[in-house]
Amino acid sequence: MSRPDVVVTGLGATTPLGGDVASTWDAMLAGRSGVSALTQEWAGQLSVRIAAQLAVDPSEVLDRVKLRRLDRSEAIAIIAAQQAWADAGLADSGLDPERLAVSLGSGIGGATTLLAQDDILEASGPRRVSPHTVPMLMPNGPAAWVGLELGAKAGVHSMASACATGAEAIALGLDIIRSGRADVVVAGGTEAVIHPLPIAGFASMRAMSTRNDEPEKASRPWDKGRDGFVLGEGSGVVVLERADHAAARGARVYARLAGAGITSDAYDIVQPHAEGEGAIRAIAKAVADADIAKTDIVHVNAHATSTPVGDMLEIGALRKAIGDHPVLSATKSMTGHLLGAAGALESIATILAIRDSVVPPTINLDDPDEGLTLEVAAHKARHLEIPAALNNAFGFGGHNVALVFTRV
Amino acid sequence: MTRDEITSGLAEILEEVAGVNPDDVAEGKSFTDDLDVDSLSMVEVVVAAEEKFGVKIPDNEVQNLKTVGDAVSYIEAQS
Repeated sequence: MSRPDVVVTGLGATTPLGGDVASTWDAMLAGRSGVSALTQEWAGQLSVRIAAQLAVDPSEVLDRVKLRRLDRSEAIAIIAAQQAWADAGLADSGLDPERLAVSLGSGIGGATTLLAQDDILEASGPRRVSPHTVPMLMPNGPAAWVGLELGAKAGVHSMASACATGAEAIALGLDIIRSGRADVVVAGGTEAVIHPLPIAGFASMRAMSTRNDEPEKASRPWDKGRDGFVLGEGSGVVVLERADHAAARGARVYARLAGAGITSDAYDIVQPHAEGEGAIRAIAKAVADADIAKTDIVHVNAHATSTPVGDMLEIGALRKAIGDHPVLSATKSMTGHLLGAAGALESIATILAIRDSVVPPTINLDDPDEGLTLEVAAHKARHLEIPAALNNAFGFGGHNVALVFTRV
Repeated sequence: MTRDEITSGLAEILEEVAGVNPDDVAEGKSFTDDLDVDSLSMVEVVVAAEEKFGVKIPDNEVQNLKTVGDAVSYIEAQS
């Protein structure tokens, strides 16, 4: 039985580089860093005092009363989803709500709501805890809110696979359309946990960069001087659509989501497999699912978070799975690591790289690690015709997700 | 405190919590039908009113407060 093609017809994002996709992409191509010093009072006590904070605060977009009942991760998911929805031109298309699904998740969820309400509980007692607390912190909150805003009645799904969440949510969207459960899926990720507790937790794992004096240079994937990831916040959302459905309404198509590969390591709760075995299998599965030759993949938006171990494991996995020909980007060098939103934002960068025939730069790659044996567009964007590209996302828990996008 | 003062105090709370235009707040208005205050926001209104007017409004009393006037009367009687 032939399965339907799935295409991308809408993009939305709010990120440390810009309040929408266009400004984010422009900043990426210009090689701008979204990382800055944390000036909040609480940051003083932390070993990590830098982060990639949103360029446009949600309060500039959504009204005050609405924001009262939204966790920040929910607010920015709504903002990104509304952009993607408008971009896809679906608002007045007469789409049957029962053919519209949502697949969207977060790595950590409503942690800042939980912590803020716990402060209220401790200081003022249980009666003062907001009645909005539970819908603000529940892990399905962002997906449910997006479904509510867009009127999605074919199911609202909440992926949670740490830093692979955004990519895995998109992979689930592909499955939903292929299996005929919806014609359109609004898919992506969101994350907003710039708060002392999550930062302290990651810092205690020694996973984060402490290059506090040079925020813009702190996220440096594959560079010898890398010392951990930089926490970012934001949301990225794509509209996935059955190709014939998009064609029938004359929709503008960015790219085709040709395949996805999902594996799990069953190795360690936080360490990636020592030989990148799960990552290799995920990439190979994605290429096979896309039914293309691995040599077609000339560009990879890598997971590359700027950690000493993970960055090099991914290089080895890519070489084994697809070879030594692709040109890589680590856009986290500019955006920081958006955790559960990373795979979604980087899918958007991958899609736009295909559309614009350009490999976005990897900044701060001043002194490449000897283990970096694949080509990278260091410092500056590079023109390249891209018939097919890969986006990788890996997460604590041993989640490996690879997505293949192709030009239409 | 006069009924008008209580009404305007409630209007401030309703604006803060639920974005209700203070000009729309009058004794005859229903919280849910006229002012679009949903059940979760009503909980916030009650807690804020307790604080503002120094009264206690038990949960089993809240269901009887259908209109702004009902709330004003209850607060007036308690304070």
